[in-house]
Amino acid sequence: MAGAGTKVRSAARVVPWERVRRAGSKLTTPLHPDDYLRLVNPLWSQRELRGRIEEVIPETDDAATLVIRPGWGWRFDHRPGQYVGIGIPVDGTFQWRSYSISSAPRRSGRTITITVRAMPEGLLSTHLVKGLEPGTIVRLAAPEGDFVLPEPPPAKMLFLVGGSGVTPVMAMLRTMERRGQLRGADGQGGGVDVVMHYSSPTPERMIFADELQRLAEEHDGLALHRLHTDTDGMLDLGHDEGGIDSFCPDWRERETYACGPGPMLDAITEFFASHDLEDRLHLERFTLQLGGEGGEGGTITFRNSGKSIDADGATTVLEAGESAGVGMPYGCRMGICHTCTLTLVEGKVRDLRNGDEFDQRNEQVQTCVTAAVGDCTFDI
Amino acid sequence: MAISDVREYMHLTEEQVEELGRELDAIREEVEASRGAADAAYINRLIKIQRGLAVAGRLTLMLGTQSRRTRVPAVLAGTSMLALHKILENMEIGHNVMHGQWDWMNDPEIHSSNWEWDTAQPAEQWKHSHNYVHHQFTNVLGYDNDIGYGILRMAREQRWNVFNLGQPVYNALLAGLFQWGVALHDLDLEKIRKGEKDPKEMKRQLRQIWRKGRNQALKDYVVYPALSGPQWRTTLKANAAANFTRNIWAYVIIFCGHFPDGAMHFTEEEIEDETRAEWYLRQILGAANFEGGPLLHILSGNLGFQIEHHLFPDLPSNRYADISVRVKELCAKYDIPYTIGPLHQQYGQALRTIIKLSVPNGWTSDDKPPQPPAKPDSPEAPPIDKGRKSDAERPPRRSELGAWSRGKQAS
Repeated sequence: MAGAGTKVRSAARVVPWERVRRAGSKLTTPLHPDDYLRLVNPLWSQRELRGRIEEVIPETDDAATLVIRPGWGWRFDHRPGQYVGIGIPVDGTFQWRSYSISSAPRRSGRTITITVRAMPEGLLSTHLVKGLEPGTIVRLAAPEGDFVLPEPPPAKMLFLVGGSGVTPVMAMLRTMERRGQLRGADGQGGGVDVVMHYSSPTPERMIFADELQRLAEEHDGLALHRLHTDTDGMLDLGHDEGGIDSFCPDWRERETYACGPGPMLDAITEFFASHDLEDRLHLERFTLQLGGEGGEGGTITFRNSGKSIDADGATTVLEAGESAGVGMPYGCRMGICHTCTLTLVEGKVRDLRNGDEFDQRNEQVQTCVTAAVGDCTFDI
Repeated sequence: MAISDVREYMHLTEEQVEELGRELDAIREEVEASRGAADAAYINRLIKIQRGLAVAGRLTLMLGTQSRRTRVPAVLAGTSMLALHKILENMEIGHNVMHGQWDWMNDPEIHSSNWEWDTAQPAEQWKHSHNYVHHQFTNVLGYDNDIGYGILRMAREQRWNVFNLGQPVYNALLAGLFQWGVALHDLDLEKIRKGEKDPKEMKRQLRQIWRKGRNQALKDYVVYPALSGPQWRTTLKANAAANFTRNIWAYVIIFCGHFPDGAMHFTEEEIEDETRAEWYLRQILGAANFEGGPLLHILSGNLGFQIEHHLFPDLPSNRYADISVRVKELCAKYDIPYTIGPLHQQYGQALRTIIKLSVPNGWTSDDKPPQPPAKPDSPEAPPIDKGRKSDAERPPRRSELGAWSRGKQAS
């Protein structure tokens, strides 16, 4: 029932929210009060994180920044560099992707921003950049990721950025600017000296080009190096002239943060490994790399639908379920958003990312990153 | 005896049965591929209407009954809205969402894995007793507890017992208290009677039913009446009337699904070695439709298309009307009976069966429709080895209970 929740909303700081919700659910059982309130305002629900698109700001021809106002339950406490899952309905089905938050975290904030580049093959990213109307309600997943600005930041940092990999770095830079830390390593503590190398195919496709230019001009602590790969070729770290020593001779003393396309990150990893400096390198990858040995496979039974399928050790439970014709819930399909989590009634599955095994009865497992180890049964 | 010996389709060759299966599969694929934004809008709109009715009904009863002048219209309108809300939630929304009809939307708030419906039975138990047991073993004697729900004798093949003399009374009680009858359904009264029920499972089940039922009863019979202040008695009665209306309606619709005369029962032997196509056939022969306009179909959760629902239990219910046209054509093409009639006739037949079967078989006549004669040009061929796995070679049928019964207890 709508009344109970809204009445106390203004007094939210005095009235303990959880108790109000619990009392309200006596009126709405088996639903939550939120299930009714969201019909009044889609953001008034804590059952699922949601947000409303407030504004779509074009950044380049193929990239745009989405300003999102999150609904109830969102805490503006993401760490600079983290990403967020966003789900939008396409032809009636919610499709999920993850994007780095480009805005700096503010506890008093009302909006967050993500910046999206439309990929040639990416239907969803194209839709986000070109087709999203302000006012659209999207689903959100809580911020996650370890590619974050340490607290306090290291005195000397190097950012190696390619394309839309700039977004988490932008959140870090904005945070440091807001805190007045971009003044260089001045020995008084707190100041940070940043070198940033930013590759982009052309000047026109460079996201945040103007803002970065301004930051570099205003702050002594930021040295910006741009590379336009269409004309000047890719960054070759070991190269004598255009290599890392040319724009950042003291890179060995810096904490390096790299974000960009997979091949670029592979090259950077290899370079740092060859100099035995891997522990100074922090990476953000947006594509799932399934390692591990894979499970042994087995028959996966989906109990409620009565379906079952033989799956090998490299097929995720999610994929297996989909090919068996089970309506599997899913989100990011890379182990981030936990939308796909199901109850493993019995059997054993292995996490393909790290080889962790789960075999507790009725354990909640993420189906998008696990494969069967022997026969197992799921509750769906 | 195998399913191919069932008279209704003895005239079909094995190839014809497989061909029919392929045609039904094709319909399924076509509908699956065409699900889209319009379907999503349909269920979202319906949920909005249903929740709106709930709020409006509760408020009308709470506030409208306070003044003498508005009391009577408020009770009438409030009770109707409340009953309508419960009917929509249970039939067109809850039942169908729990079947996974809307899982393709990947919307965590409209998903079979976590939907909890507005009735006394816990969703987990429903999904076991209905989605799994009833839909898998539709109308198979000894497997499908929906044949009489453990208290009514609905098939002549079931042995008569002196206890059955009370059937008309049990039936009336079941209709009026339907949500509580359904709540106890997954306990499997038959098993309890035979002493085969695991007492630990039963205790867990009962605890879950108790929690859900308590919350439901508290809401309707304590909390909302209390909020109505001096008019608590009026609200309590109105809530009871709304629940009663929903109970009767759900009972009638559900009894029209498998108990009219045309719907057949099967034996365990008949489903042995059953293929997918034969499963389809059993669904057609074991279910009965009723006719009506779009509103009647929405209020009955589109279960007037019971045959289509049994063929494709997880396709969106708003598509059943279209699907039924094609299923009817297929039935005509293959000369398979397609049971359909007006609602009152279908229910009347079910009621007649309940009354007739309360006495021993010999006292009454069978109402099964005349069966099509086996075609003279289909000679009685000796059974051929169809190269299928026998029951012994297959994994055993599952008979255990839902996930809720082990480990975590949903509140």
